[in-house]
Amino acid sequence: MTDQEARDWFDIVTREARALGVHDVETHFSEGESSLTRFANNAIHQNVSELSRSISIRVAIGQRTARATTNRLDRIREATQTAVALARASAPDENLLPLYVPEPATPIDRWDEATAAFSPMARAEAVREAIACVEGAGHVAAGIFSTERGSQILANSNGLFLRHDETGSTFSITATGSDSSGWAKASAVRAGDLRPLALAQSAAEKATRSAKPRRLEPGRYRVLLEPSAVLDLVGQIFGDCTATAVAEERSFLTGRMDEALFGENITIHDDVRHPLQDGAPFDGEGVPRQPLTLFAEGRPADLACSRTAARQAGRTATGHGLALPNESGECVQNIVIAGGSETREELLRKLGRGVLVTRLWYIREVDPFRKVMTGMTRDGTFLVEDGEIVGGLHNFRFNESVVEMLRRVEAMSPSERACGEEAFDMVVPAMLVRDFPFTEVTLF
Amino acid sequence: MQQMALHALDLAAQRGVQYADVRLVEARSQDLATRNGRAAQVADTDSLGMGIRILLDGGWGFAATDDLSAAGIEKAISKARAIAKASAITVRSTVRLAEEPVHKAVWTSPCRIDPLAMPVTQKFDHLLRVDDALRANKAVTLTETLFHATRTRQWFVNTDGSVIDQTRTMTGAGCACYVFRDGDLQKRSYPNSFGGQYQLKGWELVEELDMLAHAGRLGEEAEALHGADACPSGQLPLILDSSQLGLQIHESIGHPIELDRVLGSEANYAGMSFLTLDQLRTLRYGSGIVHVVSDATPAHGPGLGTFAFDDEGVAAQRTDIIRDGLFAGYLTSRETAGAIGDARSNGCLRAAGWDRLPLIRMTNTSLEPGDSTLEEVFDVPHGIYMETNKSWSIDDKRYNFQFGCEIAWEIKNGRRIRMLKNPVYSGISTQFWNACEAIANREHWTLWGVPNCGKGQPEQVMGTGHGASPSRFGGVTVGSL
Repeated sequence: MTDQEARDWFDIVTREARALGVHDVETHFSEGESSLTRFANNAIHQNVSELSRSISIRVAIGQRTARATTNRLDRIREATQTAVALARASAPDENLLPLYVPEPATPIDRWDEATAAFSPMARAEAVREAIACVEGAGHVAAGIFSTERGSQILANSNGLFLRHDETGSTFSITATGSDSSGWAKASAVRAGDLRPLALAQSAAEKATRSAKPRRLEPGRYRVLLEPSAVLDLVGQIFGDCTATAVAEERSFLTGRMDEALFGENITIHDDVRHPLQDGAPFDGEGVPRQPLTLFAEGRPADLACSRTAARQAGRTATGHGLALPNESGECVQNIVIAGGSETREELLRKLGRGVLVTRLWYIREVDPFRKVMTGMTRDGTFLVEDGEIVGGLHNFRFNESVVEMLRRVEAMSPSERACGEEAFDMVVPAMLVRDFPFTEVTLF
Repeated sequence: MQQMALHALDLAAQRGVQYADVRLVEARSQDLATRNGRAAQVADTDSLGMGIRILLDGGWGFAATDDLSAAGIEKAISKARAIAKASAITVRSTVRLAEEPVHKAVWTSPCRIDPLAMPVTQKFDHLLRVDDALRANKAVTLTETLFHATRTRQWFVNTDGSVIDQTRTMTGAGCACYVFRDGDLQKRSYPNSFGGQYQLKGWELVEELDMLAHAGRLGEEAEALHGADACPSGQLPLILDSSQLGLQIHESIGHPIELDRVLGSEANYAGMSFLTLDQLRTLRYGSGIVHVVSDATPAHGPGLGTFAFDDEGVAAQRTDIIRDGLFAGYLTSRETAGAIGDARSNGCLRAAGWDRLPLIRMTNTSLEPGDSTLEEVFDVPHGIYMETNKSWSIDDKRYNFQFGCEIAWEIKNGRRIRMLKNPVYSGISTQFWNACEAIANREHWTLWGVPNCGKGQPEQVMGTGHGASPSRFGGVTVGSL
């Protein structure tokens, strides 16, 4: 998708809208290709590629707005007509603001030509090597290797025209033994930055070391949460760190912005320009994303704020607004949790006797204000004694308040880019946490 | 459109394949929502695209495109072939597709009032009236209503000769309110949480739900929960309403019976299953009154898993999953049916759209009605009744689960004696179903829609159906969190 193509499409939209008496138009163009090679039982079993594009048109008529989206380039006029008709028929939104008037935005280079051109055979060969590693350790391999490229352009009738191009790649692998398993996963803007073989070795080693798991009684244990487990659990709170969530009194931060909620060692930022982060440097209306400190030394510091929420709060927008119309207001998606200085070995020594957790699974919110989450451990849960891994454990169910847990963090590793399956990728440390509540034990 | 699909299939076949199928899918959806009395969502989406699945040299390749020009289709076929050849370098076993008769058919799901043709003003008026009624209780701090409709038309063709034109119309609607007070947030939803009820119907579903009649009660209950006691802890008889039981079926029966999961295909993401192949027809999955079916046929009802043919051209079927408490069957596909000795797939391969590879998915996985009256289900000296899901979690082999509900009542001698808040229950799947003591009759049976079931990489969100009536389970671990 070239800039000129997008401008030509935008002209079609604006001409059609004007013919219908509508002048305020915002259009989001996207185009991309995603490919994913999936393997299980030591063979590739699903291998897919998707080429797609879409044109999403929003019109504003007074206090009414609506969106129509199509992937059919021959129906841009019809989609514009649909957006206009929907807006005219919709209920008014008293909070709706006029279209954003653009301010200068600095682009971010997140494009890697080699990743954009990665071939199915190159993915298959990397997968074959990873399978051989896991199989060589006596286990069965399953996982994915994906590569993707995408471009988006956001334009509006106030002269906004922003472009962002990005590539991405993810490798994930599970090694399954007769009574144990191990897992590893990584993602990067550049596929060349991934190390599939090293991830395979890590997963295989975890499966080997967790063989013949023993059952440990439920209870409160000191735990070392690896970065993937940290992001999947702590990641559950960030939907609340927005001005709209607080204004609607559905956030755990409602009425608590002045409290020391976490330990003084917890500082959390949202920073789209962090070198290990991904994503576009502007929000759903085109507002440049600003770096935010969400929590400073345990205390709430700032909230993500859309234009609408900013006007209501008498402040400036932070560039985290969702595309309009929407039900949630804003979202943060470039989380960076400040880490510590201890190596994994040092953290294990500090752990003494406790549980090492590789991965958490099926995390769901039990209490929205205390942020009590339930979930399971998975694919590498270990008993640690005297700072040494002594063997695998049956997996636990936990019921933990993330707010309370972040008061019990005793030590952290340096932060790294991590990925899980329950929250978006983040830059987070491993965390040593005391009194982590495992409430039940499952059968494996 | 059908000619375009056939043309693409011909092009793929001419270049040499063991098997190929093409799905050309046209979809239109609409989302409307209100929040605290204002419009919060107004969106239409339409898409058209093609997915091409090829088996070549023993490897699978799938390419999807929305560039439906001659060059675009040619490029997608080339991509699918290149992907299949790459897959083949790791092949360990031969793919054998179970036989399926050739089908040439047209099918459209029943829809009395077209939900997409209904005037938007009329739909918003309805949602805003419900929103107003939710806010009638001044303690309510946040309200939300939503409406969703999708019409999907799919032209399926394959190298066996099947040509299937299938149209499905789905509608969903729901409402909820929250009361925040003194550091506690309580919520009540109707007719179900996380979006409401979804069925293969038109606007008539919204009329049947009659949200307006329930809105006032929701506000009262959300406020009353603030003064309610916490659910007591212990091992007690547990009665579940049919919506919560529908999700219990989904998580502790529906997912474990997916044969691809059992065979390891999902090991890296969704996980595996405790239902290893040796359990078939030997495992005592439930008590003798538990009968569960997987039923995609229209006769089962307008479920999100209702269709005439699945997404590899296999006719919709009804399969026993649990019969008289005994584990009786898996969900299968043409590729996996042979693993359990079946000559034919039972028709569970489904794709979330033109851009996704079909996977084994639940259709309508339902607990058949029992023969108890509602009074008999509640007839316990002391127990807990829970209603409307709030949280759900289960381990990656589907043994250990924990569910939370929005509201509960303590039952004594068959009667509700007090409201309880923050209730949760947990257990092991087979132990739970073996403790099933009573199932309400068909009069209380509802076919619930779960519109957001996630599975696969890249993830696919699928709608599934789950019929259930209120039921009682003995000695369940209950408590409050």
